[in-house]
Amino acid sequence: MNETNKMKLTYDVVSGDFDRAGEASSAIKRLLQRLGIPADIIRRIAIGTYEAEMNVIIHAGGGVVMAEISPESTIIVVTDKGPGIPDIEQAKQEGWSTAPDYIRQMGFGAGMGLPNMIKCSDRIDIASEVNEGTKITMEFKHADKV
Amino acid sequence: MIKLREVASKLGARILLGEEQMEREVVSACGADLMSDVLTFTKCKTLLLTGLTNVQVIRTAELSDLCAVVFVRGKIPGKDVIQAAKDRDMPLLVTCYTLFEACGRLYEMGIEGCPPKVYDNE
Ligand SMILES: Nc1ncnc2c1ncn2[C@@H]1O[C@H](COP(=O)(O)OP(=O)(O)O)[C@@H](O)[C@H]1O
Ligand SMILES: [Mg+2]
Repeated sequence: MNETNKMKLTYDVVSGDFDRAGEASSAIKRLLQRLGIPADIIRRIAIGTYEAEMNVIIHAGGGVVMAEISPESTIIVVTDKGPGIPDIEQAKQEGWSTAPDYIRQMGFGAGMGLPNMIKCSDRIDIASEVNEGTKITMEFKHADKV
Repeated sequence: MIKLREVASKLGARILLGEEQMEREVVSACGADLMSDVLTFTKCKTLLLTGLTNVQVIRTAELSDLCAVVFVRGKIPGKDVIQAAKDRDMPLLVTCYTLFEACGRLYEMGIEGCPPKVYDNE
């Protein structure tokens, strides 16, 4: 892979800022559209990134969304210094959520975020330490597997 | 092929935004107040019918490539929400029908639901 063909972008995600929630994902989506990546792949990247971005806003008190785009793939790394996830296997289950009621009234907190990230991405790594933070890495290939 | 204009007329809907986009094709529809479900179960060119009127609805519609949003029960979103939709070319309709009735009317005209198979790579 040629280093010069790589783009690296970082977006700060602010805790509890629900009006701007999704802006990082939206900026990444628009950039990928300009780069001519296939629409169905962009859609998966946008959804996976949005779920991770929302989690940082809802559960972790803010963090950073990083996108590394090469001709072959997009890698999204979402990090925070929040409370961490005590039991990752449990958190990955459909429907498991610790989100408060006001989050549910906004249409989130159904416990579908991590399962959806797993479904959308070609590869995912969920690393988390209690009281340290969480790092989600998702890889999306730009072409379908041969 | 069903167009957004036919959907608007079937729902007796007011077009809040997107008069120029009424020729858009509507392939499927989803009735939900849970944006998490919309992000999980829709495919592109899907119409979202919802009782929520916050800005997350517009974000979700944008990021999932939905074709338009219909607010049910006559709920009109705030100016900031309408502006967010305008910035993203997202047509907005308002119908007086309930979520149940609005979905029923669209199903009757042949619009499909979103099957739980979401991604082509599955
Ligand atoms: N970045 C994070 N920091 C701390 N906890 C998290 C984070 N992301 C997810 N979690 C935990 O995992 C659970 C499941 O996440 P998710 O599947 O996205 O569902 P939801 O966000 O709807 O609760 C959350 O309710 C929360 O307890
Ligand atoms: Mg979540």
